[in-house]
Amino acid sequence: MRTITYRDALREAIREEMQRDERVFILGEDIAGYGGTYAVSKGLFEEFGEKRVRDTPLAEEVITGAAIGAALGGLRPILELMTINFSLLASDQIVNQAAKFRYMFGGQPEIPLVIRMPGGGGAQRGAQHSQSLESWYAHIPGLKVVMPATPYDAKGMLKSAVRDPDPVLFIEHELLYNVKGEVPDEGVEYTVPLNRGEVKRQGEHVTIITFSRMLHVTLQAAEDLAKEGIEAEVIDLRSIRPIDIDLLIDSVKKTNRVVIAEEGWKYYGTGQGLAALIYEYAFDYMDAPIQHVTSADVPMPYSKVLERAALPNYNAIVNAVKTIVPAALVHA
Amino acid sequence: MAISNVTLAGLTRTQLLEIHYKMALLRRFEEKAAEEYTRGKIGGFMHLYIGQEAVGVGCLAALRPDDNVLSSYREHGQAILKGMEPRAVMAELFGKITGCSKGKGGSMHMWSNELGLLGGNAIVGAQLPIAAGVALATQYQGIDTIVACFFGDGAVDEGAFHEALNLASIWKLPVIYICENNQYSMGMAVDKAWAVDSLLPRAAAYNMPGEQVDGMDVVLVYEAMKRAVERTRSGQGPSLLEIKTYRFRGHSMTDPAYYRTREEEQQWRATRDPIGIFEKKLLDLDLASQAQFDENDTRATQVAEDAAEFADQSLDPTPEELYTDVMVDDSTALSFRYERK
Repeated sequence: MRTITYRDALREAIREEMQRDERVFILGEDIAGYGGTYAVSKGLFEEFGEKRVRDTPLAEEVITGAAIGAALGGLRPILELMTINFSLLASDQIVNQAAKFRYMFGGQPEIPLVIRMPGGGGAQRGAQHSQSLESWYAHIPGLKVVMPATPYDAKGMLKSAVRDPDPVLFIEHELLYNVKGEVPDEGVEYTVPLNRGEVKRQGEHVTIITFSRMLHVTLQAAEDLAKEGIEAEVIDLRSIRPIDIDLLIDSVKKTNRVVIAEEGWKYYGTGQGLAALIYEYAFDYMDAPIQHVTSADVPMPYSKVLERAALPNYNAIVNAVKTIVPAALVHA
Repeated sequence: MAISNVTLAGLTRTQLLEIHYKMALLRRFEEKAAEEYTRGKIGGFMHLYIGQEAVGVGCLAALRPDDNVLSSYREHGQAILKGMEPRAVMAELFGKITGCSKGKGGSMHMWSNELGLLGGNAIVGAQLPIAAGVALATQYQGIDTIVACFFGDGAVDEGAFHEALNLASIWKLPVIYICENNQYSMGMAVDKAWAVDSLLPRAAAYNMPGEQVDGMDVVLVYEAMKRAVERTRSGQGPSLLEIKTYRFRGHSMTDPAYYRTREEEQQWRATRDPIGIFEKKLLDLDLASQAQFDENDTRATQVAEDAAEFADQSLDPTPEELYTDVMVDDSTALSFRYERK
């Protein structure tokens, strides 16, 4: 094991998959000469050349459609969209095309496509560059939507996504690229499945379900809560679609209390979907109402002060936990 | 009778008669489909190819069987021409399990990996970017197949058209973009929708050769397509064809076509019917006889009727089919575990 950044983990996954399989290639805006907006693809153009590392025009619809077509034609494209906000320009290709073909054409087409894109806020990018839109895509049958939070998961899940026969939306986070974590040495082969969450911290008093950047905030909160005697079980969802429901239900049956912490908006999103499932499958095990920590229901403001106020944070998680974990339970 | 085996546009008599048969088949198939739609056997939207037969037949005659074809929602013709059994096409219209998409697609969604028919797309213009990608895959793998991408004049108004032509051009992709300009995008007349009166300036804007073709003359369509195919297959990049045609029916089965006059329709049917034009040409050149046309037409009618009978007698999809084909491995679909009972 060694410690590398999330960014480097992604690059290693891409490089290893490109070395392993000639059909794998990457395309996107400014991924070659520029090295990637977030420097994920830095050096790959020099290593693999223009056939397999393709700069594209700023035309999200056609590059997404072309990636779908290339996948249909037998290749394994990894498309980088500069941010998930821009994916809306390609949403027809993602939602009406990639997600539909397999079913609509009676199980004939195969679209082994990965679309990488960062979402989320926190870097003062303003309202049009800070959205968490995973819930939009996770609503759609025919897609897989994953959001790894650690370098280990990022590398392992990206490799799985490249090898997966279905379209996978691989959603990163701008503030995760510099996060460091332990990853097996280069050349040590491992993958992480696309349909499994993981318990990142064991606990008995409350289950906190989270994913992407909020995992790190949640783990910090959990560590500090432990000093007060509250043991939180932290589940990293990792995959938004499909959902590892069994993992959630098993934990809820143990802790009987749930906090969901996500960066998306509150209404009609991932957290509310999870809450509905938990009530549906584990209602009898619940001892308190589910608490939901989210972004404020506003477009993201630019001002540093306002942006901080809009994003879910450490305090919100701690408060949510304390709202449903009675002191008596902790000291019992 | 002429002695030479080659007669018209480099085609033999046999090939010319085959072209005639295919146009007759598309015509009779669509007429049968319309009849079955009226009888309630076919649901949803259905867009007929009647009047536009020369476009599909002429273009497909210039392609190799291993070339790929993408089309719009008006694709029954391309499906049959790509080699799909009329039975499988009709059964799809009926929503039966024997349909080419197992009854899950319908009129607008025909597919076959084996035949290289890659949809059937009901989002206007969406197939143009995908066609570029399929062409990229062949270029990447060093295969000399090409892609023919059909779309209507309405697709030209979509951003996807412009993005796709630009990408195909800068990457020199082996794709031929074929605009079937039938004069109306649903009810919007093309001269009201387009800022220019032909596609030639658009082709020039994306630095690719463009050609305008009379789509009611199958021989002219074939010859234009052949030129484009030769060029594109030799690695010189994409081409754009604007094939001017006319749909004799409404946009779809539910369109009463209030936006154009009955006189206009009658004029086209009477003087510009692509089958009639082709028959006259063959007769004038003494390349075929009315008896041969009648024979083709009878065969086409029989095939269309057989297809409808087959579709009618086929089974509906079983309830289990609801939850199959969502993903390649359906166990990774949410519904598979939590809804499927």
